[in-house]
Amino acid sequence: MAASTSQRIILDARGSFCPGPLMELIRGIRQAKVGEELEVWSGDQGSKKDIPFWVQKAGHQLLGVVEEQGYARFIVKKLK
Amino acid sequence: MKKVVILGGGVGGTIVANLLTKKLRPDEAEITLVDKTGKHVYQPGFVYVAFEHQKPGKLVRDERRLLKNRVKLVVGEAVKIDADGKKVRLADGTVLEYDRLVVALGARLTPDELPGYKEAAHHFYSLEGAVKLRQALEDFRGGKVVVTVASVPYKCPPAPSEAACQLDYYFTKKGIRDKVDIHFLSPLSRVFPLEPVNPVVEQVFAKHNIRSTIFFNVESVDPDKKTVSSIEGETVLYDLLIMVPPHRGAKVVEESGLGDRGGWLPTDKFTLRTKAHADIFALGDCTDVPVSKSGAAAHFQAKVIAESVVADLRGLQATAKYDGHVMCYCDAGYHKGISMSFDYEHPPVPPPLGLKDWMGKRFLNRVYWIMVPTGRV
Repeated sequence: MAASTSQRIILDARGSFCPGPLMELIRGIRQAKVGEELEVWSGDQGSKKDIPFWVQKAGHQLLGVVEEQGYARFIVKKLK
Repeated sequence: MKKVVILGGGVGGTIVANLLTKKLRPDEAEITLVDKTGKHVYQPGFVYVAFEHQKPGKLVRDERRLLKNRVKLVVGEAVKIDADGKKVRLADGTVLEYDRLVVALGARLTPDELPGYKEAAHHFYSLEGAVKLRQALEDFRGGKVVVTVASVPYKCPPAPSEAACQLDYYFTKKGIRDKVDIHFLSPLSRVFPLEPVNPVVEQVFAKHNIRSTIFFNVESVDPDKKTVSSIEGETVLYDLLIMVPPHRGAKVVEESGLGDRGGWLPTDKFTLRTKAHADIFALGDCTDVPVSKSGAAAHFQAKVIAESVVADLRGLQATAKYDGHVMCYCDAGYHKGISMSFDYEHPPVPPPLGLKDWMGKRFLNRVYWIMVPTGRV
């Protein structure tokens, strides 16, 4: 079952060109416990390719991508 | 008399202190800066200690000499921030009360977090580390050099790719480049953190035969087998390993229960007030603000904090906002460099790689002591 938004770890990486949303997500995943959910917010178009690719490669789960005005919310669950 | 306490005598803390002496009358506020060593260190110079024999002593100055006379310097270590009581306790038992606190403590290197790191890896993220790396490079006669980062976040995101370029230049000058295989492992989807600049760096890597692997986030190091493995499932061999050590936020922040799980201080990315306490500001590497952990970010953030502290103490509405501005130079070797400037709204538009930005970096290294900590620029 997915966690409610209030239980998720929110990583607001909007406007982050360096180090960028993917690095914010990797930081968040490294700090999270197995089973926890994170949301990384990104306005960077490149995140739509980078984040799903890395999440799959690193063995975690992308629960969804929610489009908002000017940015997207990537919801990720730490699996290992 | 109001009291402002600043923790940390790096670039950010020093600029805040000096700007406050210009903006606040002596009868308005007492300004105290606490620093563990009383020494100010120019960290961007470390890479030149490793690769170019920059003398380590040139990168360190007495903090007292950089501060305006009005700033009271306390050499000591803050061990507890009592946010509710608005007090900071130092290791020697001294207690400092504050009306506004500025946390500018930087990031902490934590090599013990990665088993095997100390035995296996070299780095250039401290003066001591850079001096050891310099010796290792002098002794190196050929083989595979791996450059990577132990974890994220880390200070100065472009530094590892800059180091890969510096290695190529170093071994070329030494005449053994054909005996050295340079392999760069990036935690991200590209070799350079800034997407608009990445194609330029990829061209440099291709031209100088620097190999790269992307999506490599280090999971473990084996000093006996001389291997590095990633959480993505790859393993790479090395003869010489240059790895940025793991980082955490400031110890006193963690031990005062103010940090997140990595010890980073949750901070509003615009106002630079800490999210839990509006009377505590934070800047630079010790925060969770999503910009590069760099002196340039701390420099620009310091100006915002100085303005906000003045407004607070005078009972005015603080309106200063940090716009995410960061500016930096990278040295690609062969007297070529590149500069980047960006903020939350504007991605970098890189100028071509060239002599001008290489000279810009050298110039900044020289004028830093006169221009930056003083708050002149």
